[in-house]
Amino acid sequence: MKIGAPKEIFEGEARVAMTPESAGQLKKLGHECLIEAGAGARAGFSDDDYAAAGVEVVKTPAALFKAADVVIKVREPSEAEAKRLRKGQTLISFFWPAQNEELLELCRKQGATVIAMDMVPRISRAQKMDALSSMANIAGYRAVIEAGNNFGRFFTGQVTAAGKVPPAKVLVVGAGVAGLAAIGTSTSLGAITHAFDVRPEVAEQVESMGAEFVYLDFEEQSQDGAATGGYAAPSSPEFREKQLEKFRELAPEMDIVITTALIPGRPAPKLWTEDMVKAMKSGSVIVDLAAEKGGNCDLTKPDEKVVTDNGVTIVGYTDFPSRMATQSSNLYSTNVRHMLTDLTPEKDGVINHDMEDDVIRGATVTHEGEITYPPPPPKVKAIAAQKPKPKPRELTAGEKRALEKEEFQRQTKNQVMILAAGGALMLLLGQIAPASFMQHFIVFALACFVGFQVIWGVSHSLHTPLMSVTNAISGIIILGAILQIGSGSWIVVLLAAISVLIATINIVGGFVVTRRMLAMFQKS
Amino acid sequence: MLSQGFVSAAAIAASVLFILSLGGLSDQERAKRAVWYGIVGMFVAVAFTAFGPGIGGYWWMVPMMIIGSVIGWVVAKRVGMTEMPQLVAALHSFVGLAAVFVAWNADLERIRVLAAEPGEQFSAFAALVATKDQAELTFLQLEIIFAIFIGAVTFTGSVIAYGKLAGSVDGKPKQLPGGHMLNAAAAALSLVMAIAYMNDAGFWTLLVLAALAFFIGYHLIMGIGGADMPVVVSMLNSYSGWAAAAIGFTLSNDLLIVTGALVGSSGAILSYIMCKAMNRKFLNVILGGFGGPQGAAAEIEGEQVAIDAAGVAAALNDAQSVIIVPGYGMAVAQAQGAVSELTRKLRAKGKEVRFAIHPVAGRLPGHMNVLLAESKVPYDIVLEMDEINEDFPDTDVAIVIGSNDIVNPAAQDDPNSPIAGMPVLEVWKAKNVFVSKRGQGTGYSGIENPLFFKENTRMFYGDAKDSINSLLPLIDD
Repeated sequence: MKIGAPKEIFEGEARVAMTPESAGQLKKLGHECLIEAGAGARAGFSDDDYAAAGVEVVKTPAALFKAADVVIKVREPSEAEAKRLRKGQTLISFFWPAQNEELLELCRKQGATVIAMDMVPRISRAQKMDALSSMANIAGYRAVIEAGNNFGRFFTGQVTAAGKVPPAKVLVVGAGVAGLAAIGTSTSLGAITHAFDVRPEVAEQVESMGAEFVYLDFEEQSQDGAATGGYAAPSSPEFREKQLEKFRELAPEMDIVITTALIPGRPAPKLWTEDMVKAMKSGSVIVDLAAEKGGNCDLTKPDEKVVTDNGVTIVGYTDFPSRMATQSSNLYSTNVRHMLTDLTPEKDGVINHDMEDDVIRGATVTHEGEITYPPPPPKVKAIAAQKPKPKPRELTAGEKRALEKEEFQRQTKNQVMILAAGGALMLLLGQIAPASFMQHFIVFALACFVGFQVIWGVSHSLHTPLMSVTNAISGIIILGAILQIGSGSWIVVLLAAISVLIATINIVGGFVVTRRMLAMFQKS
Repeated sequence: MLSQGFVSAAAIAASVLFILSLGGLSDQERAKRAVWYGIVGMFVAVAFTAFGPGIGGYWWMVPMMIIGSVIGWVVAKRVGMTEMPQLVAALHSFVGLAAVFVAWNADLERIRVLAAEPGEQFSAFAALVATKDQAELTFLQLEIIFAIFIGAVTFTGSVIAYGKLAGSVDGKPKQLPGGHMLNAAAAALSLVMAIAYMNDAGFWTLLVLAALAFFIGYHLIMGIGGADMPVVVSMLNSYSGWAAAAIGFTLSNDLLIVTGALVGSSGAILSYIMCKAMNRKFLNVILGGFGGPQGAAAEIEGEQVAIDAAGVAAALNDAQSVIIVPGYGMAVAQAQGAVSELTRKLRAKGKEVRFAIHPVAGRLPGHMNVLLAESKVPYDIVLEMDEINEDFPDTDVAIVIGSNDIVNPAAQDDPNSPIAGMPVLEVWKAKNVFVSKRGQGTGYSGIENPLFFKENTRMFYGDAKDSINSLLPLIDD
């Protein structure tokens, strides 16, 4: 099959769906690759690079659409592009079928199969094709860099000869992929980072990246991320009020605010209101990653950078991934390549569009002249249902004391019982046993006690030497044989002699090997 | 000849020295001094007893001691550190056998004394027996029974343990038809023999008693699998001590009693530690088989992903902190030298490399520590489970070499797992886990290990020694 990537015609779009590297991988699957002249220029890939990777460079988009069996793109097709599609052709790109119903209908009419990269279900097997996550990751990183670009101070706190620099305080709202990437970038630059999300289960992830999770003092059935495929859902008005109240409290302290809150298929929730912007210090920066969907901040203007009257910069760019075109093209082309790998199971260059496959079915929005959006729910649930983790209740001091007391009493009772039983046994033994036996028995009991006390202190790493040294010491049985060897009976002498022999082996062997072992233990 | 006062004083000195010798093992440096306490103590004990009052037979004693010393010296010098478990087991068997012989002797002397004409003079132990009254003689008989029984079980048990550890006996649990009923029957018969002996049935009862105990020792240990050997060896260690103590009672020798009790309690504590580390009851280990709830174990999803040496080396080159978890597989493959070299190289690059040792890793308590020490891994980077388990989440790479059950997350996650509740090393919390393993397949216990299916786990198949050696050139200097 021929796979072709046209030049993106959307204004300002610098990304490209095929890189020389991904083309090499596609060829291994048995496909041929085409690229429109100049398609990779803005992402840093020249036509020569493509030609060197064995990609055929096609002059015009019309020729490319004609030659290719599979067209791969970044942005959804324009009307003109969609009209170029033909029956049996496959288009792979971002598509946003919910927002682009007319375009969807147009593609259906053309008879093309469309695979929307934004519809790839969120299951572990499909992570390698999850272009939304790759792009969000880049956006999160870039958001911090943009913020830094517009922020007049260091991120990290420093004490220099010229005076002290306080660290920047960053608040990241929404801890999805983009949010987590922003948190990671911000903490590694040295800023004090706070993060907020409506899904409390992400608190652990946030904290693992070195940021502080902002908890709300709110009693509500917490959102279960599993029910919505790992995305956030709208929250109740009361919850929203509480949330805004918290933000209002934080606003004057924060130097940089990065908002990433999106709810699938809805306009972005307004979380950073005008009064919060007013409350911020002059020179502060807000980066609104949700600008394309209307913005989380009231004052955001999509695709623009505005400075408010009180000196707060609000960045509303919508093309963060495109601003890092090389990186995002690399990742996106890899996502597309993985999708094509799944579409070419035999690696023989033949596309097998398997509508039984959860991932392919989920991402396909038109197929064989029919609209197949929305897809049925996937057979495998995206994320394991969130298990409620009951927090062990903190015991009050009084309860603790009572428990300890109970434990102590129980132990005392056990010990007294054992001592009493042992004492009774000894008493009985003393009644029938001769005095000489009892004397030895005292020695035995004391030796056991000493042994238990001493052995507990032995280091775990020296257990093998302990065994070999006790082995050597248990050769003390030689004393028994020595005491008997002077007997008048030949058989006693013989048995005693053998015993002396083997006990000596034990003693010497045990000690020598212990010495050998201990000598090996060296400190670094 | 030294007087009895000298001998008693020597016994006290030896007891103290033995206690110091064991106590000194709390720390590697002190241990090097402590072992000399043990050696001096033993020398004092043997010398003063041998030249004490009423001892004869030097023509037998001294040559035997010389031969024994030479054999012991040679064996101890030659034995490889991977063969330590076998050596320890073999040495236990000697103590057991000696205990049986000495106990038989004690009875032979008793019979001789009882049969003697009034006024006859006895030498050595018989002279002591002659001074005993009726009650003391009865207790002497009881003590003989104990000594023979424990000694005999120790002897055959250790021989079989030796065979299993050395590989000359199949390591799988195996029992004669009848299983533990046979053991119970043998034990009951032993009791009958003991009663018969107490009623003066004659010396033959002691021979039968020993034979029955030999059988119990053999059959009991045959029924225990290879991986439970740490418990078995420490148990036999304990028994050899109790056997010595029983002989001490028989011969009315306090030094034997004290030393036997020390060794006995040492072995008992080791067995306890081992059982705790496996979250199993002592009886459950000794009687074989896994107990506990046996519901359906949780299904494992996912696949085992393999990786080659280049991939592991790349991760190691990037890593800051590395924890290596060795197991019996490392000893089998003799990979400790390669592991040590890898450690040296990584440490030379300024990476933090540490070892995590599970209490039951290997076939002998502390086995891994000795192997690593032999291949010159400094002991201060070899840590035990409780010291290092907290650190896995901050670790970049964990390498599991030839261990399985001790890193099985099912012990924590799956209440139906046969090893549920066993403390394990939480390697899966590390960022990357590499498992060096000969092939797919379950460990000794036959339990599937969900670790191998985790997303951050990669399987590094192949012989452990070859695998680690193939990494060495790929770690850039």
